[in-house]
Amino acid sequence: MILVYIESRKGKVKKASLEALSEARRRAEELKVEAQAVLAGSGLGGAAAELFGCGASKVHLLESPLLDAYSAQAHALAVEALVRELKPAAVFFSATSLGKDLAPRLAARLGVSLASDCIRLTVQEGRLEYTRPIYAGKALLSFRLKTFPQMASLRPNIFPLFDSGQKSGEVLKKVVALDQNQVKGKVVEITGEKAGALDVTEAEVIFSGGRGLKGPENFRLLNELSEVVPRSAVGASRSAVDAGWIDHHHQVGQTGKTVSPNIYFAFGISGAIQHLAGMSSSKVIVAVNKDPEAPIFKAADYGIVADIFQVIPPLKEELKKLLAE
Amino acid sequence: MNIFVFVKRVPDTESKIRVDQAQKKIVEEGLNFVLNPYDEYALEEALRLREAKGGKVTVFCVGPEECLTVLRKCLAMGADEAVLLKDVSPEQYDGLRTSRILAKALQTKFPGADLLLFGKQSMGADNSQVPAMTAEWLGLPQVNVVVKLQVEGNGGTAVREIEGGEEKVQFSLPAVISAQKGLNEPRYETLRGIMAAKKVAIPVVPVEELGLRPEELETGLEVTALDLPPGRKAGRMLAGTPEEAARELVRLLRSDAKAI
Repeated sequence: MILVYIESRKGKVKKASLEALSEARRRAEELKVEAQAVLAGSGLGGAAAELFGCGASKVHLLESPLLDAYSAQAHALAVEALVRELKPAAVFFSATSLGKDLAPRLAARLGVSLASDCIRLTVQEGRLEYTRPIYAGKALLSFRLKTFPQMASLRPNIFPLFDSGQKSGEVLKKVVALDQNQVKGKVVEITGEKAGALDVTEAEVIFSGGRGLKGPENFRLLNELSEVVPRSAVGASRSAVDAGWIDHHHQVGQTGKTVSPNIYFAFGISGAIQHLAGMSSSKVIVAVNKDPEAPIFKAADYGIVADIFQVIPPLKEELKKLLAE
Repeated sequence: MNIFVFVKRVPDTESKIRVDQAQKKIVEEGLNFVLNPYDEYALEEALRLREAKGGKVTVFCVGPEECLTVLRKCLAMGADEAVLLKDVSPEQYDGLRTSRILAKALQTKFPGADLLLFGKQSMGADNSQVPAMTAEWLGLPQVNVVVKLQVEGNGGTAVREIEGGEEKVQFSLPAVISAQKGLNEPRYETLRGIMAAKKVAIPVVPVEELGLRPEELETGLEVTALDLPPGRKAGRMLAGTPEEAARELVRLLRSDAKAI
């Protein structure tokens, strides 16, 4: 069985978790085992239907007052107990900020190695094989894990959703006894989350700006593009961030975030190697730059050599027209 | 405060990575190795805490003798002491192994840390595993990807970056914190710091002498391939006025690339 840790926020399951579950289901079929899901926290039963839809054969709900606010220690303890009971062949996470926080903690509790941020999973000779980018995507490492249970986290926006056609199944609720003394750190507040604001790692379309934007005020133009396109976000190059034009959590590249949206728009970004490393796994790359020699054009599927300030307004209108259809 | 900082030696971000597919290793020849950029934020935070509260900053690195250069840089930036946990094996991309080495070193030879600071990931392995795993081995709380840190008395609060927002985490000391860009602006080493750093003796402890079982020093990964990412096919340049190019682009994104 492959067990998938499902992340939710305000009762809603994260899309990245559904992707991890979907991939678990596909690999589980190859391995002739089941995929099951686990949720930790109170009142999450409503999420189960969606999980059956993505291929879970059973959904486990772990409940304890200590699991309601996220704590890596508490969640690792709770999931560890379930893993020791169910003895899954593999445990999957999504490589979100929570997954990256929790999966290594659980792996150490179980004494196993962890395949982080995988972009491809295959089954070879009956064993899982993992492929993950290293050096921010400048190379790809493929490997098997010698330790059991196998543990992996899966990069968001890579794995397609699975549709089982199921809406119901077995939900197993468990009240977990946790010792307060084992929980020495916990989230007390979540701030800054704007309604509908997506992180660049979650966005399906990214409008990114670099030096060519000429100043912080012009990121407004990218925000306006983003308002037109659903599930989009605004990104930035390191030089724009280092110049103080935009907060670093927008930064794409080796000292920022690695992204793989459906479309990556690079406006006035020259395409330094450390930037290309962070975005070259995007499905489609569009570059707009007035310098025809800019390295970004070598990575782009579509390029426009022009002043970005002359391209953005008609592009916004065209996108509006298309999406209104 | 007794602060430990954990650093790694990595190729700088401008490096072009070449791959030896037969050996399943990256070609290290010609690479410029530096202190992992995220570790600079960790060290800077440690130095600021020491300046505010007093205490000592000790830097640890797991790796070959070449890592002495990055440890010297840390001393030049202002760290009080540095320790090399000498490991001659090549990069294993296995955070479990590294975290075991660190945890064992702290348990057997270097006790008494109040705060353990890491970079949020090493540039290269990109695992983001070692801080959380070390915290787990040592039974300590963790806050990863931290952009704001406050330490008061026996605990503190840290703000960590999450998708589209921030989480404030309360923790007790000792604790593991991993630093994200934005936590601070790391200082440059001064000439005086560089001169002083040359005089500091850096103890070298072979990882084989920490008391780990041989199998605990084995990698948990069986590498089957190391490749360069597939190249992208030549792109298409769109000509015409900005209006024409924008119209053509949107048409192609819909009908050709089917991306929107």
